Amino acid sequence: MNCIIILLIYVLGAGATLASNSKNAAKIALVTSLINAVIALMLTADYLNGGNISFVQQWISNPNITLSFVVDGLSLTMLLLTTLLLPIIILASFNTLYSKANQLYALVLFMAFAMAGTFLAQDGLVYYIFWELALLPIFFIGLLWGSDEWKVRKRVMITFFIYTFAGSLFMLAAFAYLYTKTGSFAWTDLSQVMLSTKEANYIFMAFFLAYGIKIPVFPFHTWQANTYEKSPTIGTMLLSGLMLKMGVYSILRWQMPIAGNVSAEIINTVIVLCIIGIIYASLIALRSDNIKRLLAYSSMAHVGLIAAGAYVGNTTGYQGAVIQMVAHGFVVVGLFYLADIIHNRYDSYMIKDMGGIRAQAPKFTTFFLIIMFASIGLPGTFGFVGEFTLLYALSEKELLYALFAGTSIILGAYYMLKMFQNAVLGTPTSKVFSEITTKEYVVLGIITVVLIGLGIYPKLLTDLFI
Amino acid sequence: MNTLIALASLAVLILVLEIINLRKGIIPVTLMGLMVAFGLNWCDLNTTQSFFNNMIVVNKTTVLFNALFIVLTYFIVALGHSFYKQQSDKISDYTSLKIFLLIGAYCMVSFGNMVMFFMGLEILSITLYVLAGSDRTNIKSNESGMKYFLMGSFASGFILFGIALIYGATASFDLDQIVLATTQLAMPKWFMVGFVLMLVGLLFKIAAFPFHFWAPDVYQGAPLLTTTTMSTLAKVAAVGAFYKLSLVFFPAMPANFSNLIAFLIIITLVVGNIMALKQTNIKRLMAYSGISHAGFMLMAILIGKEAEPHLFYYMTAYALSGIAAFSVILYVCQDKKEELIIHFRGFAKNNPVLAVTLSLALLSMAGIPILAGFFGKLFLFTQALNQGYYVMVICAVITSIISIYYYFKVIVTMFTYKSSDAQTTFTQNKLYTVVALTAIVINLIIGFYPSIILDLF
Repeated sequence: MNCIIILLIYVLGAGATLASNSKNAAKIALVTSLINAVIALMLTADYLNGGNISFVQQWISNPNITLSFVVDGLSLTMLLLTTLLLPIIILASFNTLYSKANQLYALVLFMAFAMAGTFLAQDGLVYYIFWELALLPIFFIGLLWGSDEWKVRKRVMITFFIYTFAGSLFMLAAFAYLYTKTGSFAWTDLSQVMLSTKEANYIFMAFFLAYGIKIPVFPFHTWQANTYEKSPTIGTMLLSGLMLKMGVYSILRWQMPIAGNVSAEIINTVIVLCIIGIIYASLIALRSDNIKRLLAYSSMAHVGLIAAGAYVGNTTGYQGAVIQMVAHGFVVVGLFYLADIIHNRYDSYMIKDMGGIRAQAPKFTTFFLIIMFASIGLPGTFGFVGEFTLLYALSEKELLYALFAGTSIILGAYYMLKMFQNAVLGTPTSKVFSEITTKEYVVLGIITVVLIGLGIYPKLLTDLFI
Repeated sequence: MNTLIALASLAVLILVLEIINLRKGIIPVTLMGLMVAFGLNWCDLNTTQSFFNNMIVVNKTTVLFNALFIVLTYFIVALGHSFYKQQSDKISDYTSLKIFLLIGAYCMVSFGNMVMFFMGLEILSITLYVLAGSDRTNIKSNESGMKYFLMGSFASGFILFGIALIYGATASFDLDQIVLATTQLAMPKWFMVGFVLMLVGLLFKIAAFPFHFWAPDVYQGAPLLTTTTMSTLAKVAAVGAFYKLSLVFFPAMPANFSNLIAFLIIITLVVGNIMALKQTNIKRLMAYSGISHAGFMLMAILIGKEAEPHLFYYMTAYALSGIAAFSVILYVCQDKKEELIIHFRGFAKNNPVLAVTLSLALLSMAGIPILAGFFGKLFLFTQALNQGYYVMVICAVITSIISIYYYFKVIVTMFTYKSSDAQTTFTQNKLYTVVALTAIVINLIIGFYPSIILDLF
């Protein structure tokens, strides 16, 4: 079996969804994503048995560009994350009735196609093309289905688009420069290129602009909270659960191997920026009164830790980053789904409008508690495994880094528990909070099983890429 | 050469058809004639010939450039069928003028002699002056034609003066003789002055800084189809001529001459993109966007012979997205007094297919991957970095980011308003739709398979 099948099915699914009517669109999208989840699992089995699932084909001879989708442990893990998380995200969106659902779900599948391509591509230019293609659907999802007035939304989404596009153009320039050195865009050639420290510094900074904006790392984060808030829930989940993983993945796949001999000052600066971002985002999350914004900043704090670990550049950091990417993907989708459920009942994202949910919906409260603990990184949950490995990696680099980054756990526990206390416990509001439906039960159940299962036995995942 | 004869006969035939009262047949006959000309042109692909004492030179490069010009003219003539419905008594004049314009473009890239180059340039310019002022009852069109004529003839004067000085230095109008003279003899000072004077005229014709001021005004006032012609066919023809001259003259210029060109490119990119940000009229917006694209094409000219396939690729990508974009603009603004961006409100609800087409055309110009414009930019960046123009590439990257804003302004305007917000009613027009779709599909195809174009060289 070949990994390109996944890409083809996503495109075909997107076409079928677009052609269908609004009623069936969500179902077709769900079926497509489920088929791909199964195929991805089969590919994994094939890969572990030593089968060849890569696809390589010459595309353009001059300049030398190859359509190469090569699977290794890292890209397979990311592919699994994408394909498994997408059905959950689509299922989670069943709560909301979107107008013109066929266009929305076609865009969602197209975005999944672009993201899967980003994770699989082993040719710098093909990778860049997929990277940019992922940006267009989310722009339109946020623009056309987002909340708030046209004017505000338009400004937010255009800021987001220009910001991220700006970063990636510098990455393109870096690739073009690397091409003049090696005469090839292939990862195997680029990762062997010998760069002087000065060249590596420039290349590293160009890549950092692209990934720092995408992840986002302080001080490039200003687009994030607004975009998460104004996007529809499905868009927020795609952005936080999958799209920002593209940034971290790219650090591990492209930036560190290519510009490995970058000077130590730059690496240290970047790590310090990540850590500043962690503390800064945690402090803002502490003061947020809007649950979606709070989750956006909490996500920024967590991803800052992942990025810091990835930039350490040793094996521990690499492993921690991959584990935490998967964990964060599931956790953040779960959290945004919980926020969406609350929004459905209360018609508000403001924490002050909520309260007394526990008495009315104990099952919901249980799920909320488990996913929240996974987010904080309580031992026994999947979040702990990754967070611990990342902090350990940072301490290998410099103990002080681990100390400062570790505050994110304390602060994280503080703002999450405070939010839990105000929103879920507390005095009941006048509105009725009905218990979760079967669909919601299924989604939250899957996420919980993954988080606890992998928390107890993370070897299942780590075997893939170590 | 056969192509030129065929085109000239076609242009005359169109006028004859009008006289013998076959007005209905003009557009179909022209389109068929253009196909024949394309075929004749293509037959010469792998030959190298020269005619009339090296006045006209035919080789692979000229054949390919001419093929592009013929395809563009084909689209423009086809669009004319709808556009000139109101003035059907003038359709023979306009159509034959366009064929003459094509003849001018042909001469501008196929010349072997400076005299032929100047003749081509003047044929192209004079037809454009007439076409710009062709909406005789509209004062804006008159203004546009007059402005373009005054400034354009001034620029032609510069070029002529430059040619004269170069003749004084090399004692020949023949390109081969000039190359011979510049490589073997020491050139007097006025040789350089001569080329700089020509440079002034050429920069004017492609609308690059600091001679770009005419473009927005002339584009705005001219009838929409003439604007289309100016921003696609006339622009790429001028770039083609510039490229051919640069191969001859750039090596003979002092070493730091390339710095001057690089500086002009950077300012052209900055001015074009910054000025486009605040435009409310789509024609002015396209004019400034065209200025910035002239900057990109100049980049290939600066790099020289190695960038020839990439220059051609960029020109094709730019011109095709220009045709697609302008077809949709024609569709939306066909009977409006002014072509404002607010007229596009609610267009996506009214006609999603064309809204997507215009979006793709603009995205191609902005350089979003998989569309041809992206590869055009990528190839140029790679070549420029190869030659060590780092600052220029960084400026080009930054200005590309700026350009996203105004391209997206149009796209967002189409998609975000409800149909009730529409300022206008949209009239159906099949022809514009077909042309727009054809152009964008070709753009997509050469985006997926850039080798189709690149392997021609």
